[in-house]
Amino acid sequence: MKVGKQTIKFETLPCIFSTSSMVGPKEMQGPLASYFEQSSNDIYFGEKTFEKAESKMLNTCINHLISKNGLANNDIDLIFSGDLLNQCISSSFAIRDLEIPFLGLYGACSTFCEGLLLSSICIEANVAQQIIASASSHFCSAERQYRMPLEHGNQKSTTSQATVTGCGAALVTNSKKLDNGIHITYATPGKIVDLGVKDMSNMGAAMAPAVYSTIANHLNDTDRTLDYYDLVITGDLGVHGSDMLVELFKRENIDISSKHKDCGALIYDTTVQDVICGGSGCGCVASVFSSYIFNELKNKNLNKILLIATGALMSPLSSYQGETIPSIAHAISIENEVK
Amino acid sequence: MTYLFVFITGGIICAIGQVLIDKTKITPARILSLFVTLGVILTFLGIYEPIVNFGKSGATVPISGFGYSLFKGTVKAIEEKGFIGIFTGGITATSGGIAAAIVFGFLASLFAKPSLK
Repeated sequence: MKVGKQTIKFETLPCIFSTSSMVGPKEMQGPLASYFEQSSNDIYFGEKTFEKAESKMLNTCINHLISKNGLANNDIDLIFSGDLLNQCISSSFAIRDLEIPFLGLYGACSTFCEGLLLSSICIEANVAQQIIASASSHFCSAERQYRMPLEHGNQKSTTSQATVTGCGAALVTNSKKLDNGIHITYATPGKIVDLGVKDMSNMGAAMAPAVYSTIANHLNDTDRTLDYYDLVITGDLGVHGSDMLVELFKRENIDISSKHKDCGALIYDTTVQDVICGGSGCGCVASVFSSYIFNELKNKNLNKILLIATGALMSPLSSYQGETIPSIAHAISIENEVK
Repeated sequence: MTYLFVFITGGIICAIGQVLIDKTKITPARILSLFVTLGVILTFLGIYEPIVNFGKSGATVPISGFGYSLFKGTVKAIEEKGFIGIFTGGITATSGGIAAAIVFGFLASLFAKPSLK
């Protein structure tokens, strides 16, 4: 049901039944290492190319999610998945042999929330009962896609973020499977916001206004305040973009800094790991939510969260042609036992 | 003493590049093109030749030295062949560097794989 201007209320309370995550070596050196279910010390994940490595990682992650819940592939009605590579090849090749109906998504780094949102809509409409939403990214394949191949040995600018090598998958079901009762209660799909930032190595700054817009509209539509939530978690604003978000809320005399965490800042220790402003990429919010945050929800350390995945919707080509960076942010309200 | 001059010259050119990466929004690819073009222009203006005389390979090895070779080769070819030299001179003079880059790039790809830093 639509509430307010752009928010969807889920009356059937779709449930995030289970999650699975897999990451690369650098993420395992970060503070969340103990939360990730699977990892690889080899950045190639045993494959010949980085693109194949990304598909392998996502495939392993999805297979694990299905098998650990005692399900078979044909129990899954639908997969929504996306990544950062041209034509979404990481997802397509990861899901190629699974024989599960597949809908590919592109929302840049907002893909994971886009998938959760669409899964919830399908559950609400009762057109599917068990859906997987997943997303992946790989540092090395993303460098080739967006910047230069690693062989080029490019230097990073001081505001740039490092693409996370990781993926996450969530099993979204109807609330009849009420084991843990982690529900998706509201979703606010974002509008594109573009304030004219052109710098591809400063995407946090481009995305912060989109996050602000989505949070403000979400709170308006749901008649909630920030106090309602235990935590507001953004996808990959990074250190620089997070500062900007705090600044934007300060203008409205709201202090979000105590409630806000960013997956890009959580996944790495920016003081010792050479990542400059933190992590980014589809896999950032996907892997952090599917591990650490889902765990916190399950253990009731967190009960009401607003998860906001952010996407910078440019391509290298649009940047070459002097275009600015259109940004988007989708918010999902995830709550424990709403009764 | 020559080594010191080479080190200082090369160091200054690279330091300029580093400042451009850190302090401006110019992408590395544009800095590269900028250095090549500047090498050509500075040689045309007679500024780069004295730098090469002072810093030797410290001035010719960085990418601005490629611009220097382009310009010098073009002038030489024009003197020898006339009008057609405008088109053949630059690439002829730098062909050694270009071919070596391709050959060594290929050789490196045979036994090296890119990875995380």
